Amino acid sequence: MTGRQKLAVMVLGAAVAASLGAGLLVQHSYAEQSREIISAPPSAQFWLGTDELGRDRFARLLYGTRVSLLLAPAAALLSTLLAALLGGAAGYLGGRWERAVTAGIDLFLSLPWLFLLLAVRALLPLNTSPVTSVVITFLLLGFLGWAAPARIIRAGTRTLVNSDYLVQAAAGGISRRRLFWRHLLPNLRPILLAQFWISVPLFILSEANLGLLGLGVSEPLPSWGALLRELENYSAVIANPWMLAPAILLVLVVCCLQLLLGTEESAFPC
Amino acid sequence: MLASLLLRPARRILLTVLLGGLLGATLVRMGPGFGVDERELDSRLSVSSQQAIRAERARDNNIAVFYLRYLAGFARGDFGFSRSLNRPVSQLLAERLPLTLVSLGVGVAGGVSIGLALALLTVWWRAPGADVVPALLSGLCFAAPAAVIALVFLWLGPWIGAAARWAIALVVFPHVYRYAKNQLVATSQAPHVVAAQAKGLSSWRVLWAHIFIPAAPQLAALAGISVSLAFGASIPIEVICDSPGVGQLAWRAALDRDLPLLVTITVLVALLTLVVNSLADLALAAWNLPARSAA
Repeated sequence: MTGRQKLAVMVLGAAVAASLGAGLLVQHSYAEQSREIISAPPSAQFWLGTDELGRDRFARLLYGTRVSLLLAPAAALLSTLLAALLGGAAGYLGGRWERAVTAGIDLFLSLPWLFLLLAVRALLPLNTSPVTSVVITFLLLGFLGWAAPARIIRAGTRTLVNSDYLVQAAAGGISRRRLFWRHLLPNLRPILLAQFWISVPLFILSEANLGLLGLGVSEPLPSWGALLRELENYSAVIANPWMLAPAILLVLVVCCLQLLLGTEESAFPC
Repeated sequence: MLASLLLRPARRILLTVLLGGLLGATLVRMGPGFGVDERELDSRLSVSSQQAIRAERARDNNIAVFYLRYLAGFARGDFGFSRSLNRPVSQLLAERLPLTLVSLGVGVAGGVSIGLALALLTVWWRAPGADVVPALLSGLCFAAPAAVIALVFLWLGPWIGAAARWAIALVVFPHVYRYAKNQLVATSQAPHVVAAQAKGLSSWRVLWAHIFIPAAPQLAALAGISVSLAFGASIPIEVICDSPGVGQLAWRAALDRDLPLLVTITVLVALLTLVVNSLADLALAAWNLPARSAA
């Protein structure tokens, strides 16, 4: 691990720890409104001031970070599992199944990601409770983000299936189940892990875009996307530059994830 | 050989449009408001008129008939009717598509130019740390959501203008820079480049004739990917920059849950992306054709 990657781990660790310990770090809830102190500047009580409803911006940032940083990996896990199931089976079984899955992957990859996300999001209820909106948003990301990892997992599985040691194992009479669980799956683990980590920043950014468009997590629950909506008020941002904190934290976290992934080698994750 | 080169992308486009159309029709059928006609609430209509409206709609209850009608309409250029804007979808697209295409064209050209120029500069200027500034810039643009980039250009708008085009360029640039840099660095380590340098060729000549030109076919693949990226980014960018294009239309359709409109836009954008990707593939194949024939 390089020095920059160690720094990235520290920053990410601090962000995760602060978001998980939000209850200890802030006195106010993310939804608590102090109507007498609206749009206040930073103070000892409110480190990042208050928004136009009198809510503690720092508390909202920490709880929003928690939502984004916990649920993006959950969505990435779902999409990787789905990709492993479909892509792995396609690579392992071959034949018609592989052709069908490959056609499905091609179709999904040719549909523009954000348009597809918007179309399916619009199909589901928009006026839901905040918790339901969180679940819908991240489940959607998980279910729709399977295609790119599936393509790579299919190719990886195919290479492994054709490798000498697996051909020898199969020729030696090993059962298909044992071949899959003992020989194939452990060797696929690095590909699965890489696809999981590549999906995390992608889903964080997608949630941010959806939130900024008003189609992500519903108020009063904060998420990075929902917090970024405040930035649309240009004059308020100029007068209160601390409103940029969610954007800065988001960029910092995604940069750190990129550093850890070493994305110089994978410029096109999806 | 050329016929097979042309047939393959044509078949892929046809299949994708067919599958995309079916997927779209399914979404429209499952969407809210399907099977509801507000004309039924019009008290001026007689019972027989209302029955005629119901009979007209009943045809869509048969899934197979619905799919066939939807696809036939799509093939004729009849993309349906937008409930939220109360206008034919084809009219809305005709108004808004040109603006998006111009923004995309300028943005993608700008992003590809910036990315390629910086990648070439990084490979040419071999000093340690030469890529720090471009890498930092591409990292920042890569890590920022398209909507945030659009906000930055919206703020800068009064000074630089054309905020949407600049924002699209900066969304495309980091992807192009990283891919192009990796390709160019890999080519620059090839034996023929080392030999050219050893023979004393100027660094510009080596860069152009021995690194850039051999890597050009791989770089052509960037066109398709950049268009796909730019289309995706056009939604938040057009919304934030208040640019009345197809991206903004898709967003409005999503908020109004106008699925016929949204699905049509999605399928059309997929079609355009596929056409550009196929053209890039064809260009790549045409480039390689003489070499294959010689072999």
